[in-house]
Amino acid sequence: MAETRSTCPYCGVGCGVVIESEGAQITGVRGDPDHPANFGRLCTKGATLHLTATAEVTMQTRLLHPMRRAGRGATPAKITWHDALTQAVDTFAQVIRDHGPDAVGFYLSGQLLTEDYYVFNKLAKGLIGTNNIDTNSRLCMSSAVAGYKKTLGADAPPACYEDFDAAQCLFIVGSNTAWAHPIAFRRIEDAKRANPALKIVVVDPRRTDTCEIADLHLAIRPGTDVMLFHGLLHLMLREGWTQPGYIAAHTSGFEALAQTVRDCTPERVAQTCGIDPSDLLETARLFATSAATLSLYCQGLNQSSAGTAKNAALINLHLATAQIGRPGAGPFSLTGQPNAMGGREVGGMANLLGAHRDLANPAHRAEVAALWGVPDIPSVPGKTAVEMFQAAADGEIRALWIACTNPAQSMPDQATVRRALERCEFVIVQETFATTATCAFADLLLPATTWGEKLGTVTNSERRISRVRPAVSAPGATRHDWSAAADFAQRLEARLPVRGRRTLFPYALDSATGAEAIWNEHRESTRGRDLDITGLSWAMLDANGPQQWPLPQGRSTGRARLYEDGVFATPDGRARFFDAAYRPVAEAPDAAFPFSLNTGRLRDQWHGMSRTGTLGRLYGHAPEPAVQMHPQDMARRHIGDGELVRVASRRGAIVLPAQASTDIGPGQSFIAMHWGEEALSGHDDQGRRLAGVNALSNPAFCPDSKQPELKHAAVRIDRAELPWSLLAMAWLPNDTALSTRRALMPLMAKFGFASCVPFGAGTARSGLLFRAAAAHAPDDALLDRIETLMGLQDPRTLRYLDRQRGQRRAARLVLRADGTAGLEAFLLGGDTRAGAWLGTLLREELAAQHYGRALLSPGATPPTALASRGKPVCNCLDVSDLAIRAELSRCEGHADARLAHLQATLKCGTQCGSCVPELRRMVRLHLPTAAPAEAAQ
Amino acid sequence: MDMRVKQKRQKLVLVGNGMAGVRTLEELIGIDPSLYDITVFGAEPHPNYNRIMLSPVLAGEQTLDEIVLNPWSWYAANGITVHPGRKVVAIDRVKRIVRADDGTEAEYDRLLLCTGSHPFMLPVPGKDLAGVIAYRDIADTQAMIDTAKTHTHAVVIGGGLLGLEAANGLMLRGMRVTVVHVHGWLMDRQLDEAAAGLLRRSLEARGLNFRLNAHTQELVGDADGRVTAVRFKDGTEAPADLVVMAVGIRPNVQLAESARLHCERGIVVTDTLQTVTDARIYAVGECAAHRGVAYGLVAPLFEQARVAANHLARMGYGRYLGSLVSTKLKVTGIELFSAGDFMGGEGTEAIVLSDPLGGVYKKLVIKDDRLVGACLYGDTADGGWYLRLLREASDVQGIRDRLMFGEVHG
Repeated sequence: MAETRSTCPYCGVGCGVVIESEGAQITGVRGDPDHPANFGRLCTKGATLHLTATAEVTMQTRLLHPMRRAGRGATPAKITWHDALTQAVDTFAQVIRDHGPDAVGFYLSGQLLTEDYYVFNKLAKGLIGTNNIDTNSRLCMSSAVAGYKKTLGADAPPACYEDFDAAQCLFIVGSNTAWAHPIAFRRIEDAKRANPALKIVVVDPRRTDTCEIADLHLAIRPGTDVMLFHGLLHLMLREGWTQPGYIAAHTSGFEALAQTVRDCTPERVAQTCGIDPSDLLETARLFATSAATLSLYCQGLNQSSAGTAKNAALINLHLATAQIGRPGAGPFSLTGQPNAMGGREVGGMANLLGAHRDLANPAHRAEVAALWGVPDIPSVPGKTAVEMFQAAADGEIRALWIACTNPAQSMPDQATVRRALERCEFVIVQETFATTATCAFADLLLPATTWGEKLGTVTNSERRISRVRPAVSAPGATRHDWSAAADFAQRLEARLPVRGRRTLFPYALDSATGAEAIWNEHRESTRGRDLDITGLSWAMLDANGPQQWPLPQGRSTGRARLYEDGVFATPDGRARFFDAAYRPVAEAPDAAFPFSLNTGRLRDQWHGMSRTGTLGRLYGHAPEPAVQMHPQDMARRHIGDGELVRVASRRGAIVLPAQASTDIGPGQSFIAMHWGEEALSGHDDQGRRLAGVNALSNPAFCPDSKQPELKHAAVRIDRAELPWSLLAMAWLPNDTALSTRRALMPLMAKFGFASCVPFGAGTARSGLLFRAAAAHAPDDALLDRIETLMGLQDPRTLRYLDRQRGQRRAARLVLRADGTAGLEAFLLGGDTRAGAWLGTLLREELAAQHYGRALLSPGATPPTALASRGKPVCNCLDVSDLAIRAELSRCEGHADARLAHLQATLKCGTQCGSCVPELRRMVRLHLPTAAPAEAAQ
Repeated sequence: MDMRVKQKRQKLVLVGNGMAGVRTLEELIGIDPSLYDITVFGAEPHPNYNRIMLSPVLAGEQTLDEIVLNPWSWYAANGITVHPGRKVVAIDRVKRIVRADDGTEAEYDRLLLCTGSHPFMLPVPGKDLAGVIAYRDIADTQAMIDTAKTHTHAVVIGGGLLGLEAANGLMLRGMRVTVVHVHGWLMDRQLDEAAAGLLRRSLEARGLNFRLNAHTQELVGDADGRVTAVRFKDGTEAPADLVVMAVGIRPNVQLAESARLHCERGIVVTDTLQTVTDARIYAVGECAAHRGVAYGLVAPLFEQARVAANHLARMGYGRYLGSLVSTKLKVTGIELFSAGDFMGGEGTEAIVLSDPLGGVYKKLVIKDDRLVGACLYGDTADGGWYLRLLREASDVQGIRDRLMFGEVHG
């Protein structure tokens, strides 16, 4: 067995992993004990990475060969790389010749490696001469970038993970760290354990699992962050908690800001934010007066039409109280993606140039042109994500190259995005998985390598650069993204008027030396910049492990913390206060669209689920799409828990089940950002396919960062009148389950509502769940097709049919080795209430032989009682909520003691720890039976 | 002084010593034993026996003695004059006398005709060969039992209720049996194709052979006039030392016709089972045609008997309005039930349940929210309930979704 050190491809914590492999097959993964991000730990997602790289998953979901579509909607046909790149070059050259370089666009991803980014950026801005290159980091971190640059002068998170341990106050804003950055949260838990005096304040409209560790939770109204921050500064000034000395010595622009916050009185702030004035004061006190205050923030601040203002207004607080440049103090932006940082470093965005240079800056453009050996870099600002797809929809951009991201799932206002992808004359999708929604729009599909196969570097949230190393060779005809881009670039060079050197891309296309050469070129571009890494080399990374930037020539280690000397990355060295007035959300709820829709992450899923979504076990914690609503709102609208609702914004509508939750306030709603049309769809009145959660979201973006307001849209929520319902569940062979899911996807659009998700918590088996609803029972052919795919078209299948009533039920029992019979698959059409107990029977593989024909009987109550194992809370060790409650009912004592008892007896939360916040909540809610209430306080 | 005039007992003559007639007498005696002097003529030499239990006898599960319903002692005890083995050949409706083949005569005030029916023999060449029989009475049954001891190959023509019971019995007695059926599936009068398919498979599993859609051309015989094979229209043959014809029955109406009683399918009777021609004469059972239907199953005959007896007893009321028949196959281990319009059709809706593993198939036919037909195979536990719903024509809309899962759930 071979072992390879690399990194996790999910969030921006940037954990190190050790990949175990046998020959060409990845067999296991574990946390890298030596990696300074995680010291051996992994979360539920990271710990199951190897399961997303099995032969079964690869064969069923990967894009393994270049493919071409004869026409839109046609099934793509396999072609060679040569033919694929020839067509790509021909088309791009043609478009550039006829319509100019700005008629093409590149839409990339924060999951690309630094080397991939660098080549694409050079291809667009250097060779083609367009700045139309942007990435999904625009949906993720650009407000953080703008916030840092407007205040501290550079896109550089000044803090590091070790600051968790040094902090006396943690201010977590707009981040569900417990779910989105689990390993960072493990370190926060450690810090709290080591230092019980550590105060933690969480600001979030929702009561997330992150709140379980909080001393104080401010459930502010969506989008009122700036008002909150101004209100805090107002109080700090009133109470004399600011640091005039520091302000005077190291900053500028405070007076204007002080004017602005003068009328942000506690009363007004409390009223606007919907919080208690005393909590506001307590927060101000903790933030300003603690020995060291560290802010952690993410999409809650970034994905906003006031994203830059939110980021900067928070940084204002750090500057005003001198909570920066010291151990445990500073504004620490948690990065969403594994290499959004790296992308920013090489300037892979429409408004950036390499090494944190600005496109708007003529000097910077000249420097880069010189480095690349081209006459100039175009000054026309490039189109950012939302603008780029709008331009494509308007016919301005005619050829689009999308790499390593899934805009047909993740971009706001899907109606426009889809119009863009349909209108665009030529769409290249360079992907790992053939299953993403965007692949359906591609004229040309280019197969890319992925985790475990790629090589290069990434930079995590704390400015730490790690090597990404391949454990196995590239499967099929897949290629590294940079290699495909460079190959394309070399071919295109021959077709365009010569710009400077013979070739701008002198890289060995198919070896690691190529990637290292690219990285070295990037390194040289950082010389003298804030992120100078001229002292770093791949050899050094191999020898000494991951390193933080800056690490200029002559230094042997990077800098853990920035601005310790109070000198900032601005021309005058002074940090600038950002004076922004509070602006409410772009689309305030009104009579027509009365609900605030918030979006966010689930614990065990990541982004569009193209990778995590292949594992049934990762659905155990949140099995199916749902919109969370406050019970009061549901009661007022006569919506029962689990009933279908139609959620509509000004841009589109989707249908999905409602789920009562008191974690959000009245008037608010929440849908996980993962549910794209791959898992959640249906059709509208015109028969158009529904596009998932982002059919609703708002493309309105921040004027500075251009980041769209994915976290807030005004929506209407009504009962969906789709009386005929369908539920089908089946265990399927591991080597066909995922291809079956692909075959079911097109059928989803034939219903008013449909969702299709895998399941299989606590087992190595693959299950598939298909749920749908319609106004009338569909024709038999469609149901027959679904039954075939779900393995129910079998001579042994039990059947019940009452066509006039639209009632159709089928169940298949399979004899098992131990002589018992298990429910292998079932379909309920019409009355699906029996799905409750049939689902348990199937999912938990209980003995079903006694049921016989009763399996077909209607109604929610099982013919004979059956004991469910419950819903998994701890995925790693498959411990269910029922088991935990049972244990808690006979366990007294202090909350921490009871948690420890749980971990000792059931072992839950002792592996990856992702469920610990949830365990804490359960400890709080489930008191020992017949025990004094104070037992759990 | 007693002014009442002791009424003279009237004479009741029963023609046909079978289940329908004797059941009528039992009902009558149950109401008032003193009303009539009763005389019974029977063509068979046996006392009244349970004809429908001939199959278990053939199958060797019961003996002839066990299926006798009314031993001679019963007739004696009730003062009934019996003439076994006497076939009535004439009725003089003017003198009100019946005459038997041996000249025996009997006067009547009331006459009860229960002449039953006779099996229909296919009019094919060779139908008169030795070894070609019907399946109707004890004699036929005895013939099959004897033949099974000496011969191997049997062909049963007719895949209906009777034919399958005969075939099953012959098989159990060691013969190699082929069932020949002209229709595409077995028991087409009682089952739909799906249920018949299950039935066929389970009978095949027991060793029966089937030739469906098979049209019999002729019966082939040997030199000494015994049947040796059945030849079909397609030219193929099936070896046969014994051929049992079970292709249906025909009501016995010759006697009635000779007496100029109006007959159609059977002797036409009113709702009180009196012949439309002569109110003194009743007809009950397979020989009677009530509202155009001549029943061949036991349940309706008993219902008719009750009404006829009631009328003979001068109670006056009591009307027979026809029967809703249901079927059960008396083949041990095979559960099937069929009633009403089980095939469905115009304006009907079907609910179907199938459990291939459990060998169960159920079909319920519904019209205007009423259960109008049922066809059950493998699990007939709820047959009685469905029959009740059929008879009562009760609205099942409210329980429709649970209907299939039986009374306990409904």
